[in-house]
Amino acid sequence: MHYIYCPHCEEYREEEEFHAAGEAHIARPLDPEACTDAEWADFLYFRTNSRGLHHELWVHATGCRKFFNMTRDTVTYEIKEVYKVGEQPQVTADQ
Amino acid sequence: MSEVVAPEKEAAVKVAVMNQLPGQEPRAESPLHHADLETVAKKGPKQGGVYLQELKLLGHLVLRGSVDNAEFMSGAEKVLGVALPSALQSAEAGDLSVRWISPDEWLVIVPGAKAFKLERELRDAMGGHFAIVNVSGGQTVLTLSGPNAEEVLKKTTPYDVHPSNFPVGKVITSTFSKTQAVIRRTGDESFELVIRRSFADYAWLWLQDACAEYGLVVRG
Ligand SMILES: [Zn+2]
Repeated sequence: MHYIYCPHCEEYREEEEFHAAGEAHIARPLDPEACTDAEWADFLYFRTNSRGLHHELWVHATGCRKFFNMTRDTVTYEIKEVYKVGEQPQVTADQ
Repeated sequence: MSEVVAPEKEAAVKVAVMNQLPGQEPRAESPLHHADLETVAKKGPKQGGVYLQELKLLGHLVLRGSVDNAEFMSGAEKVLGVALPSALQSAEAGDLSVRWISPDEWLVIVPGAKAFKLERELRDAMGGHFAIVNVSGGQTVLTLSGPNAEEVLKKTTPYDVHPSNFPVGKVITSTFSKTQAVIRRTGDESFELVIRRSFADYAWLWLQDACAEYGLVVRG
């Protein structure tokens, strides 16, 4: 059993209810037409592959179906925090 | 044919809405129509640890809007007779019940014949950015009760359904075996499940299997 706190349901729920949805804070370029191929490819395909702290997007797939962010240690799987989309993480690698 | 109310016909209606209840034809069939629960109930045992009943052909309305939209929240309360409940809570007013689904989504269930009128009253009373979708045909309600109903749920969902964590009135959406259900505790030994039409047969098969060791009593 591995519990994850859903900031929308406001309680801990079983991991089975959730899905990871990739790296968090990937902003879509405001003017895609003005992007170079390299910039567009970077947005579409290139992600950090952190060893340690990583900010990820998760979805409470079989629960409230809302997305939220999570700071997770990729080595220990320890979840440092969850926070809503639009908010900034409190736990960061440069601390 | 179903009744369609277009904006030009009724001033209060801002979008075209349709009464999804058929008249004489075609005949409405619940998602578990094929299981013929009436016959199963007649032929099956009358005593057991778990009682299962389908509350079929009810009116299901999904309400979506922001809690910061006063016109949405107050319009809903005025028409429903109860305020839209907060996270993981449900509310009832007569034959109407409303469940929190997510921070901007609620599920209202009423007798089938009342859904169309309720939808129009809600649209009339609400303002701002909101949505109402009649999903009556897409899902059905099952009630699970009896001394072993909680045991069945323990095998079915990873959610902690102990009364200390899941008291009467609390509603959650969670994994239900290999599908998903909206689960609400309606009493010490009674629960309500809202399941999707396309998974209704799976849920029915699963429940027969999961309830077998306690003795399943189907009610028509
Ligand atoms: Zn949630």
